[in-house]
Amino acid sequence: MKKKFQVKIEKNKCKGCGLCIAYCPVKHLVFPKDLNKKGRKYAQVNKENKCIGCGACFLICPDAAVKIYEEK
Amino acid sequence: MKIIYDLPKSLKKVPAHYCPGCGHGIVHRLVAQVVDELNLGKKIIGVAPVGCAVLAYDYWNFDVSEAAHGRALAVATGIKRCLPDNFVFTYQGDGDLASIGLAETIHTANRGENITCVFINNACYGMTGGQMAPTTLLGQKTATTPKGRESEKKEGWPLQISDIIAGLKGVSFVARSSVSNPARVKQTYGYIKQAFGKQIDKKGFSLVEVLSPCPTIWQKTPYKAGRWVEEKMSKVFPLGIIKK
Repeated sequence: MKKKFQVKIEKNKCKGCGLCIAYCPVKHLVFPKDLNKKGRKYAQVNKENKCIGCGACFLICPDAAVKIYEEK
Repeated sequence: MKIIYDLPKSLKKVPAHYCPGCGHGIVHRLVAQVVDELNLGKKIIGVAPVGCAVLAYDYWNFDVSEAAHGRALAVATGIKRCLPDNFVFTYQGDGDLASIGLAETIHTANRGENITCVFINNACYGMTGGQMAPTTLLGQKTATTPKGRESEKKEGWPLQISDIIAGLKGVSFVARSSVSNPARVKQTYGYIKQAFGKQIDKKGFSLVEVLSPCPTIWQKTPYKAGRWVEEKMSKVFPLGIIKK
């Protein structure tokens, strides 16, 4: 069975640098139109779950806002 | 659901004050990961610098001391000699380590003190507004070199700290890496872990230089700043293990 993964990004920790979006190999992350509590853009996941669990977004995130889970 | 990429326990769960895209946050996380993995939690003592990372102690869950500008390695020497069973590391920027603290750096390395140093090189003074640092590249425009850094009879050449340190006898490990893309972040993690390993084995001074993007001062987007590190900076400062 194919493994499924889930990316969770803390909305209010994110500063909207866009590095996770730039380095995601499957283009799973996007900027939504609204802003977070600090008035900054923030990265969120797309509706359709395409995550392959490579961890690129976790590694490059400068604000430690990303966590990746494996679905059972 | 099982978590596969989790944040280290040695990193506090508070938002950092750094600019978007700054490399400091990544290196803070890597240091915390190494401390967790080597199980140094209660034995480690860090020394914070003066510079952008002056508030580093707000983000780590272990003991951190603060030092005067450039004197982090001198403070670390004192701590290590009083508490030889503890592990001591310094976390310094290029203005701190390569400019005002150059004497402390060279002599601590030359004495072969059993200390690990994490050196963040972003080719400018980030906190004070982007003045020229000793590590600024030739032709790079900064607040104090508005026409670009010139070499002869003016500002000189970029200072190759890691190569100078690697030439000294008391040094056990010197490596240079960057945090410009996910693969390089993994490489940096490996180097920091090896450097801490040298301290555990009591082999002598170890230094890891990390080329870090500064998007605010370089006036680039975070992604383009990372590309600039890859394309320009790593040509002047070649990446890899320099001394092992």
